[in-house]
Amino acid sequence: MNKFYIFLKYFFIIIWTVFVVAPFLWALTTSFKDFQSVNAGVTYIPWIDFEPNLEGWKVLIKSPAKGGVDIVEPYFNSLFVTCTASLISIILGTLSAYALSRYTFKAGFVKNNDITFFFISQRIMPPIVLSIPFFLFLSAINLLDSLVGLIVVYIVLLMPIAVWIMVDFFNKVPREIDETALIDGCNPYQAFLKVVLPNSIPGLIVAGMFCIIFGWIDFFFAFILTFTEVQLLPVKIVALNSSVTPWWSLSASALVSVAPLIIVAFIVERYLSKGNLSGAIK
Amino acid sequence: MNFKHKYFFLFPGLFVLIGILIFPIIFVVRLSLSGWNSYNPGLDYIGLENYVRLFTDDPRFWESFFRLSFLSVTTVILQYVIGFALAHMVWKDIKFKRFFRVLFLVPMMTTPVIMTVIWRTFFHESLGPVNDLLSIFGVAPKWLTDPVIAKFTVIIVEVWQWTPFMFLLLLAGLLSLPKEPFLAAAIDGASPVRKFIYVTFPLMAPISIGAIIIRLIEASKIMDTVYVLTSGGPGTSTETSSFYIFIKGLREFQMGYAASMSFTYLIIMIISLTIIAKVLTKILLKE
Repeated sequence: MNKFYIFLKYFFIIIWTVFVVAPFLWALTTSFKDFQSVNAGVTYIPWIDFEPNLEGWKVLIKSPAKGGVDIVEPYFNSLFVTCTASLISIILGTLSAYALSRYTFKAGFVKNNDITFFFISQRIMPPIVLSIPFFLFLSAINLLDSLVGLIVVYIVLLMPIAVWIMVDFFNKVPREIDETALIDGCNPYQAFLKVVLPNSIPGLIVAGMFCIIFGWIDFFFAFILTFTEVQLLPVKIVALNSSVTPWWSLSASALVSVAPLIIVAFIVERYLSKGNLSGAIK
Repeated sequence: MNFKHKYFFLFPGLFVLIGILIFPIIFVVRLSLSGWNSYNPGLDYIGLENYVRLFTDDPRFWESFFRLSFLSVTTVILQYVIGFALAHMVWKDIKFKRFFRVLFLVPMMTTPVIMTVIWRTFFHESLGPVNDLLSIFGVAPKWLTDPVIAKFTVIIVEVWQWTPFMFLLLLAGLLSLPKEPFLAAAIDGASPVRKFIYVTFPLMAPISIGAIIIRLIEASKIMDTVYVLTSGGPGTSTETSSFYIFIKGLREFQMGYAASMSFTYLIIMIISLTIIAKVLTKILLKE
């Protein structure tokens, strides 16, 4: 029974590992192919099945005028929008989360939990519902197709995540530490900055990682709210897809653009049990 | 504690969020009462005409909604089962524990649309590896152009992409469980299966509910994957509500009608997610 269980366990893990890795391996081999080896039939192993070349990777750094793909600018745009929006969301979200965790609010029938729920419930909002008014509004104030417009929209996407994770994290940080700080003569802001925040770094890291993930992987708003002036990475790569099917450069650019977030996987794994993620979803 | 300071902490975030959101939401409601389209762009007032059209004369919207329910419920159930199994497997000591944990998280970190572009080449009918390997058995499913199979292709891609999120939440939950119940079970000599049914699963119930609800919320937004993988096709066989609203609103520029659809859709989502949450809480916590 026990041996059978262990066998089953490793069998399942191996199957899933193959499933997870398969598209990456396929993209990696495809990125070294050329027109001939893509269209002649399905091939897997370089040197044996097909002659590898670097054409797919070379077009990434060529200028568009010479037939290159030019993903450098979208790359930095994506990076800039994601990081700025995440940073703003984390700062505002953490402040609000701290208030909701430490103080009691009451305005009519609205209490702390309702305010927290209001923040989190923004995730329920289907993006399509907001896309049409955002589209019309941003075009009215000339922010359509600009980085600022995107950052504003992304704050709405990301702040709920920051609040969601941080409220429960602060609930776990003992109240005594800020009370001691207040007795020692700090004002509430100093207590927050010098005592509570340093004790909340794991929570901040988890919240930050989640913001970065959900900012970086968003396609929908970038697709609807930008056209030519500002291009984000996902939009750029999907646009490549619609042209003649240069699978090799497509694969290479896809790999380049998913690579940076793999580091995030390591960080998230590291802080898994320290970040109080399980407290946040109860 | 001091009275005034608390507002300085809460308000910046709250007001930014409300400030960004309030006008769009009011605007959607107002827009849904207008006949804004590409011939007649303006906020005229046509009453409930759009809603009447939606409820009496648009089966395509309701079909897309049921399709969306089918897709999201199926993917979330699959993700929950697989995610729980994976989390349970790498919870206790196995070889290369950290390696597997990181590896199982990776798909979630990749941009869905970009991976879907890769999946498209992966499932390509004549040049993709899946059909090449399946040709050994003499079958060649039309992954992207058969109305029935295309739905399952979408499900496969969604499961690949988002099982890691379920895995992450459930693993975090497993790691936070108290040790005592497991010690008690070990002393009683419970078998692994009984231990799972009577100890692990009940302890995980609240976390399971949370994780399922979060995933259902996110899964109900399925749109990018469908757009890139099949563009809603063949025909309308993989079209989801969001995608249909997108076509009506930002492709055909029937803004007014699209707004009435998105408002209806929002209300349905809020109601159904609340009901699902209540039902799940009852089922999982009573046992």
